[in-house]
Amino acid sequence: MSGNPVASPVTAKQFKSEIKPVWCPGCGDFSVLSAVTKALAYLALPQQNVALVSGIGCSSRLPAYVSVYGFHGVHGRALAVASGLKAARPDLTVLVAGGDGDGFSIGGNHFLHACRRNMNLTYIVMDNEVYGMTKGQASPTTSPDWAKSMLTPHGPGVPSFNPAAIALASGATFIARGFTGKPNDLAKLIVDAIQHPGFSFIQALSPCTTYRPEQNEWKKIVRPFDADVTADPIEAAQRIQADDGLSTGLIYQTRLPVWQPPNSISAEIEQLERGFQI
Amino acid sequence: MSSRDPNHPSPTLSVAITGSGGSGVVTAGQMLLMAVADAGLYGLMGRSAGPQIRGGESAVMLRTGDHQIDCLDDHFDILIALDWLNVNRFAEEIPLTPESLIVCDPESGTVPEAIAHQGARVMALPLNALAKGVTEGRVNMVALGVIAELLGLPRQTMLSVVDKALKRKGAGVIDSAHQCINSGFDQPKSLQLRSKLPTISVPPPRWNISGNEASGIGALRGGIRFVAAYPITPATEMLEWLAPNLEKLGGALLQAEDELASINMIIGGSFGGIPSLTATSGPGLSLMMEGLGLAVTSETPVVVANVMRGGPSTGIPTKSEQSDLNIALYGFHGDAPHLVLGALDIRDCAFTTEWAVRLSEELQTVAIVLSDQSQGQARSVIDPPPAAPAGHGRKLAQANEGDYLRYRLDPEDGISPMAIPGTEGCLYTADGLEHNERGTPSSMPRDHQRQLDKRLRKLVNLDSGPSWAEIRGSGENCIITWGSSSGAAFEAANRLARLGRATRVIAIRLLSPLPENRLFEALAGATRVLTVEQNHGGQLYHYLHALRLLPDSARMLARPGPLPIRPGEIIQTMLEQY
Repeated sequence: MSGNPVASPVTAKQFKSEIKPVWCPGCGDFSVLSAVTKALAYLALPQQNVALVSGIGCSSRLPAYVSVYGFHGVHGRALAVASGLKAARPDLTVLVAGGDGDGFSIGGNHFLHACRRNMNLTYIVMDNEVYGMTKGQASPTTSPDWAKSMLTPHGPGVPSFNPAAIALASGATFIARGFTGKPNDLAKLIVDAIQHPGFSFIQALSPCTTYRPEQNEWKKIVRPFDADVTADPIEAAQRIQADDGLSTGLIYQTRLPVWQPPNSISAEIEQLERGFQI
Repeated sequence: MSSRDPNHPSPTLSVAITGSGGSGVVTAGQMLLMAVADAGLYGLMGRSAGPQIRGGESAVMLRTGDHQIDCLDDHFDILIALDWLNVNRFAEEIPLTPESLIVCDPESGTVPEAIAHQGARVMALPLNALAKGVTEGRVNMVALGVIAELLGLPRQTMLSVVDKALKRKGAGVIDSAHQCINSGFDQPKSLQLRSKLPTISVPPPRWNISGNEASGIGALRGGIRFVAAYPITPATEMLEWLAPNLEKLGGALLQAEDELASINMIIGGSFGGIPSLTATSGPGLSLMMEGLGLAVTSETPVVVANVMRGGPSTGIPTKSEQSDLNIALYGFHGDAPHLVLGALDIRDCAFTTEWAVRLSEELQTVAIVLSDQSQGQARSVIDPPPAAPAGHGRKLAQANEGDYLRYRLDPEDGISPMAIPGTEGCLYTADGLEHNERGTPSSMPRDHQRQLDKRLRKLVNLDSGPSWAEIRGSGENCIITWGSSSGAAFEAANRLARLGRATRVIAIRLLSPLPENRLFEALAGATRVLTVEQNHGGQLYHYLHALRLLPDSARMLARPGPLPIRPGEIIQTMLEQY
C-alpha cells in the first residue's frame, strides 16, 4: 500500500457506529476497531458494499461498532457465514473478525478450509491468548504453563497453536501479524489484506488487560520482522518457526487461483424440467 | 394425486429383482421403469442396498399400474432372482403370497428358506444359460425380457428402452442386450401372472423422477440460488442434481467442510439476499441445530431439506424411517418458532420443497422439509408436479427511507423489512444475540419478550390455505398421517371404503405451525382416529396429543423403518383397533 490511511478524504469516523463497545478500558480491540475503520476510510469503500462478519467472543462484538452491514453469528462459524455470503454475493467486500478461541478452537476446521479455499475474504483474528467473555480460560494460543485459570489450574499443559504456521500449511495466500499497539501499521496491513485477491489472514496481537495484564509488556517487545514479505512458502515457514510469535508485518503473500463459484446463466427452469419428461 | 379417480384405482403389478453386486439389478429396475413409462403407465421403483461402497447385493422393488403409485403394495407378484447370494438380507422386504411367482435359475441353487416359506409358486428358467448363449450376454437383460413378457409390456417398448439407456455403450452392447431380452421374452413359461398390465392408447404427460431430484426442482422453482452442503446418505443425489443445474440458472453450490459450515454458509448467502438451502440427513440436521437457531433469531430465511434415514446416531444410513419429526419440531434450544413441512410422496417433494422455500422467504425464518430415503432414492413416474402457492416473497427494505430498524415491532404480521447488503441507508448488524428493534444486542427483559412475540407472530398469523394437508375420503374412520406413509394410508382408506368402512385420510404437509383449526375441522365427525407413521415412538401421535387435537380414543400405528408401512398393515390395525 502506498500513502497514509490516516490522511484519507473519507473519515474513519464515518465508519464508526454510535454503539459503545462492551470492551474493558485498555482492551487492544479498540485499536482494531480504529484500524478497521481507518482502512475502510482509506479505501473509500461505500459503506453499504462492505460486510463484516463475526462469531462470538469479546472481539466478535466488532461488527456492531462499525457502520457497514454486519453479521454477528454463533461461536466459531464466522468464516462459514462469510464464505457463504461471498459465494452468493461476490460483489461485496467481506471482512471477518473474531478471537483466538472462536477462530482456532471451536472454529478451527473452518479456518483450515477457508485458507485452502482461498476465497476473497479478509480475516482478522484478535489474539489475546485467552477466552475473555467467559472470564479468563486458556485458548489454543495460550502457553502451556499459564496457570491463572481455575479451569486449568496447572496450566493447559499442551503446546500452543501457531496460527501463522497453520495458515501457511493450509494454503492461505496472505499471512500477516499486526499489533494493536501500532494501530496505523495494523490499518495498513488491513488495507493490503482487503486489496489482496484471495484469503488474507491477519493475526492481530491484542492484549487483554483484564485477564492477561502481563500482555501490557508486549508494547516493549513486539517488533517488526527483520525481513520483507516473501512469496516462498519454505522461507515463510522458516521465518514463522524461528520467531517467538511477537514479530509483526506481512510475512507471506502469493497469488493463487481465487475460488468463486462460476456465475453464468445458460438455462431456464423449464429447460431443466424437460429433462424429466417422458 | 393422479388425474384418474383415486377412489377406484385399477389393479397394479409388483416386481422385485434381487441379485449380488455387479449383477445389474438396479440397471434392470431403471430400464423396467423406463419401459413402463414409455408404455404410458405409471410406476414406483424403490431400491434397497447394503452398506457396500461398490457392488454388494441389492434389490429393486417396482410397482406399476395405470395411475400414479405412491406406495409399495402388501406383496409382490413376481420375485426374480438373478442369483440367491445374500438374499436373506432382503427377505423381510419382499413379502410374497402363494399366488406370487418366483422366477429363478436352478443353476443358482434352490430357493432359500427365508423366501420359500412364503409358499409362492416357483418357475425355474435357465437364465444363466440363456445369457451365455449370447455374446457378452447378461443375466439381468434376460430377466428383463422375462419380466416384460410376464407383465405384458410390448417387446418393442422394452427394446427401445435398451437403445436409449445403453446408447453410450455402443452398438455391440445394445445388440447383445436385445438378444438377451428377446430370449427372455421367447423362453417358454410354464406359469403366468393372473393379470397383465393394461394398454394405454393416449398416455398423459408424465415425468420420470427421483424424490431427491423432485426436491431439487422444487427448490429451484421456489427461487433457491445458493446451496452449501456436506455429502450425506441419502441426500447426496439432491446435491449432485443441484450442482450443475444451479449453475445453469446463475446460482452456485458450495461443498462445505462439514454441516456446521453448510448451515452457516447458507445463512451467509441468505443474509446477502440470495434464497439459500442445504440438504442433509439426521446426523447432519443434529449438527445444524445451533445454526438454525441463529437463523430464527437473526430472522434469516433458510431451508433445510432433510432426507430421513434410520436413526438415531449413524443408524441405518441407506434405509428409510420417519423418525426426525421430533428433532425438526423440538430440536432447538430456546423458543424458536419455525416451519416444518413433510413431503407426502415423490411428486410432492417438488411441491413441498418449493412451498417451504416460499414460506421461509416470506416469514424470514427457518423451514425444515422432511422427506426420506424411500422417496429421495426412489424413482417414480408421475404427473408433472403442480406449482406451490407463490406467497409474497421476502419483504425488502428500500434504500434511504429514514431511520432503519431491522427488527421493528410495528408490522402486525411480525414481518419487518429486511435490508440486503448493497442497500444504501439501511446499515445494520444481524444478530444471534437477543436484540432490540435496531439489532443492537440487548439482555433487557422487555426486548426479549417483544422480539420473541414478534418472531412467533410471523408464524401464528400465517394462513396456510388448503395446502397444509391432503385430505381425501370421508366417514367416521380417520387416518392421520404424514410423509411417505401417506401413500399407504390413501390406499388403505380406499380398500377400507370398499369393505364398507368409509375412511378419511388427513395427510399433513405443514407440520409446524400446524393449522390447528383446520385440523379440528377436518376431524369433525371422526370417531375412530388412527395415526400412522414409520417411527418407533409415535412422534406425530404424541405431537398431536400434546396439542389436544386428538380424541382420547385415538390409536397409533407407529413402527420403525426400514420396512415401509404397507396399506394392508394399516387396514389390519384399523380393523383390530376398532
